[in-house]
Amino acid sequence: MASPNRPLSPHLQIYKPQLTSVLSIMHRGTGIVLAIGLLFLVWWLVALASGEGSFHTAQSFWGLWIGKVLLLGWSYALFYHLVNGLRHLFWDAGKGFELQAAYRNGWIAVMVSVVMTVVAWLWGYASIGNL
Amino acid sequence: MTLRSPLGKVRGLGSARDGTAHWWAQRMTAVALIPLLLWFVGSLCVMVGSDYAAVREWVATPIVSILLVLLTIASFYHAQLGLQVVIEDYVHSEWLKLSGIALVKFSAISLAVATIFSVVKIAIQ
Repeated sequence: MASPNRPLSPHLQIYKPQLTSVLSIMHRGTGIVLAIGLLFLVWWLVALASGEGSFHTAQSFWGLWIGKVLLLGWSYALFYHLVNGLRHLFWDAGKGFELQAAYRNGWIAVMVSVVMTVVAWLWGYASIGNL
Repeated sequence: MTLRSPLGKVRGLGSARDGTAHWWAQRMTAVALIPLLLWFVGSLCVMVGSDYAAVREWVATPIVSILLVLLTIASFYHAQLGLQVVIEDYVHSEWLKLSGIALVKFSAISLAVATIFSVVKIAIQ
């Protein structure tokens, strides 16, 4: 069966990135990022159950700039994965799959996830009266 | 039109022997996670700056404890299903693939249990 000299289809890097393909790999990427983020959720809740000292250690991490950058990344990843996941659920129902629609709802997913991230951060800073 | 034989349809579960179970569980946990995550992120936004006692009090509220346990189960289930597909797609060595999937499953269950235990401990103290 195997014929080693047969031409292969071009590999991934030969294609020009398109919105649809970029959003697709972003969905997978943000999914992996969020799985790592779950570790921090575990840490936060286990620390909360362990006592005041360990909770403060966990909390102080989010005060560091690295903690804030990670949190910003995770919040965007969460909103993107959530909104684009909704897009996937519509596709599963057979809706919004035409090329034009896929581009339109793709841009909507990008915009909505950015807006949700900004709103969440403004809300958070408003809660501590820092706005 | 289908190219599957009647016998194949009856047996119908494909090479992984679980049919559409994985795909369906991924969708169901995704649907469950939409309201759970909106609630959770909204709650965190409100609670920014809260001290230890306030956060514990929040977690100990019965409805919050229940929602947190549900969020934990749905998140880890969904994450495990997704990571399994990533491993299946990119890891081609059979034993690495199997041990990767097993590691993801064991970790997901252990971490979920640790999280649920923490929530329950706070709730009943």
